[in-house]
Amino acid sequence: MSEPDRVAITEYLAIDLARETWHCRRCDAELGSARGPYKDALLVCERDPRDVHHPKIDPERYAFTFAPDPTWCRIIEYYCPQCATQIEVEYLPPGHPLTRDDLQLDIDSLKARHGEGRS
Amino acid sequence: MTQTPTHGHSHGHSHGHTPGQRSLIEKFLDENVLYLGPDPAIMGDHSVSTPTAREQAAVAVWKDKPEELNLIRNRLQTACNESFDMVEQMGAAPGAKWGDLISGIFSCQGDLSLSSAGGVLVFSVLAQHPVKFVLKYWKDDPTVGIREGDIFMHNDARYGNIHNTDQSLFIPVFDGGEIVCFVGAIVHEGENGACEPGGMPGGAESPYDEGLKMSPLKVGENFEFRRDLLIFLQNSVREPKLQLEGMKAKLHACLRVKQRVEDIIRAHSVEAFLATVRGTLTDTEMEVRRRLRTWPDGTARSVVFADSTLRENVLIKIRCEVTKRDDELIIDLRGSSPQFLNRANNTVLASMKGMLAQLFLMFVWPDLPRNQAVFAPIRVLTDPGSTLNCSPEAPNAQSMMTFFPAFTAVQLTIPKLLYSAGYKSTDIIACWYNMITTFVYGGINQHDEFVGNVCADLNGMGGAARATRDGEHSVAPIFASMADIGEQELIEEEVPMMKIVPHRVMVDNCGFGKYRGGHGYQQIATHKDTGAWGYMTNFIGSKFPSTYGIFGGYAPGCYPLCKVKGVNVFEVMKDDRALMRYTIEEIMNERPFPNARYSSHHGGLQFELGQPGELYMITQGGGGGYGDVLERDPADIVRDWRDGIVSRRVIETMYHVVMNYDTGAVDLEATQRARAEERKRRLARAVPFKEFAARWTQALPPAHLPYYGSWDDPTVLHLGAPARTCPADAIQAVMMPDPKDVEIERLQAELETLRARLA
Repeated sequence: MSEPDRVAITEYLAIDLARETWHCRRCDAELGSARGPYKDALLVCERDPRDVHHPKIDPERYAFTFAPDPTWCRIIEYYCPQCATQIEVEYLPPGHPLTRDDLQLDIDSLKARHGEGRS
Repeated sequence: MTQTPTHGHSHGHSHGHTPGQRSLIEKFLDENVLYLGPDPAIMGDHSVSTPTAREQAAVAVWKDKPEELNLIRNRLQTACNESFDMVEQMGAAPGAKWGDLISGIFSCQGDLSLSSAGGVLVFSVLAQHPVKFVLKYWKDDPTVGIREGDIFMHNDARYGNIHNTDQSLFIPVFDGGEIVCFVGAIVHEGENGACEPGGMPGGAESPYDEGLKMSPLKVGENFEFRRDLLIFLQNSVREPKLQLEGMKAKLHACLRVKQRVEDIIRAHSVEAFLATVRGTLTDTEMEVRRRLRTWPDGTARSVVFADSTLRENVLIKIRCEVTKRDDELIIDLRGSSPQFLNRANNTVLASMKGMLAQLFLMFVWPDLPRNQAVFAPIRVLTDPGSTLNCSPEAPNAQSMMTFFPAFTAVQLTIPKLLYSAGYKSTDIIACWYNMITTFVYGGINQHDEFVGNVCADLNGMGGAARATRDGEHSVAPIFASMADIGEQELIEEEVPMMKIVPHRVMVDNCGFGKYRGGHGYQQIATHKDTGAWGYMTNFIGSKFPSTYGIFGGYAPGCYPLCKVKGVNVFEVMKDDRALMRYTIEEIMNERPFPNARYSSHHGGLQFELGQPGELYMITQGGGGGYGDVLERDPADIVRDWRDGIVSRRVIETMYHVVMNYDTGAVDLEATQRARAEERKRRLARAVPFKEFAARWTQALPPAHLPYYGSWDDPTVLHLGAPARTCPADAIQAVMMPDPKDVEIERLQAELETLRARLA
């Protein structure tokens, strides 16, 4: 991860400027073209929100329990396909389009910036 | 009103007339304006005004003396902070006492140049509109004018403000017969004569249910309030003493700033003062642009869902796309939900811009001066008629219910652009808890006075997790830095409410992650010794979380309102103190009070009279988490376990830490194994993105969801049902049925079914 062409973009994502590729910052797995959505390379699963946010009051007795309503809200988890690090989480209504391109950087501008920075 | 009422008559009327005729018509129209409503030219513009010739000349003369200008700037900043303290000390409103205000100095053109360091920074970007209105319309109006000693006030959010419960007061400062600046204070005063007490009516169905509606108004001359107008204002609200006291506190704070400005002018010259006020605006904007240039160019996107209008549960989409290009930031919120014409959760665009500015002033660049130039390089795009840019006919008393989620949507995107920026003045941070989870109250207090206001403990929102550490518990509101939550004993001297559990942290009440969000507290309230007392609550997020984590961190959960009715706990506990429980969880699950009614609800409670000893219970939310739960240091888990804020279930099923719960010793090897197993399970249960998307994505919102806003296409908005849509550029306002009518209809249908069955 110390190569000069590798730029840390988020907690778990880096871009290799020379190869123009996304990478996992934990295991260095390549996650596709940096000019496209990194999420295309991730593994995804849907979870019942009650698995994460357990009801605090009895769901048999109460309409609102401190847990999200699973018919209104689902949790989408995105993992690195190699090391299974959880890179993103989304809370969405059932069937709502995924935010596929949540980060789309201008790679030419990024290369120019970091090229200038090294010189 | 059917459209934005403005001064704007069409110049096209003069087509075909000679210049002389045109002039006559123009003159006639200018002198016969029917009504001066909110001016779109003022309300739609958050840029800094072009400097006057005098300001330009002053800046040119003083540009080589930065040390002296810096000294003046610091003296002015101190004056702002001093007046803030004065209002906080003198103000009677809970909002004033606990810091829900700012005070500041406006340029001669009405731009807010300097304001107090603490308090509600939202006002930094939206306090200028009424000042600009006064300059544009009253300065040369022979029936109004602006003279030395004049006092102006305003509260109607459609002319600039967060909501009508805030009242601003500002006065001009003259030198040599010319206006050199305005000084002002704006305070969350509370009670304002709305359809519900306390100033923030969640039940407002039109702007005319929202109480006092001061357009920018001259309320005094010669530094004294006009008695007739003062009585009118007092007569319009439920707390006339509070109205007077709030006005006096703000006026005297303004007079102190005025005195400081005059001292500075005497000591340094008026040109030096003008150069400082203008230079602060110019320098701030230049510095923001410099910082933005260090961000990577690109676009970050998010979607956020508000789950309630405060009257009913619905799904209100906030769609967000933030693009950074060179030294500009463009926040595109088009495709978000249409406005609700008979619900209070809509926001005026300028109010939302104020809230978005708060994000940058508090969480991105807290080291910059608190002024409107911070937001100048940022453009905001919305659909007119959406809930984020509502029309004047839409109520906005609870604008927070949509502009807080809009804030969160932007807060979700910023870390993705800021993380790799060349210049940062804060840590990268997840989403702050974003709801005003507190009690609004109204009724007769123990001093036989009718009161209505809000409890300041809404200021204890849970802080978000950061890139380097956990979020702090109940630390500060999303809309203000350095605000306080109030002293329970002092509050009980004024109102008959008792918080039998005032501020108790709740287990697992945060967003989990590598770094967890800060927790919020639970509150259990009741009342006694009063002829009439009632409660309101105003928060969303009871079915769908309102706040989120970042970079793999989770949201906090959901927050209901819980009630125990049909019991007087003071009576039943008189001889049996053991009945008491100290958490909502225990009270609701164990039901210790015999024959009481226990219920949970969404967080939108319209004013409801309670009986003495009944319990109303709410929970302040937690902050969002940061990073993967499997990376959380086991030592942090042990600390949280010892602090009683994480449950065994969460330790074992979320964090996968193996520990001895008696000694707090972690088995590191077993933890490593447990986490490796969880990683394997993740890989086993997940599928590649494309495969998942093909299975998951639906063409339309599910039929069971009352869904508002775009689905996949931002130009098409859904109106509560899959087949009901409108174009985003021609929005149909939504009218909701009364929830009680909906319930009556449901019960009637049930009755008919039962009758048919019996027959």
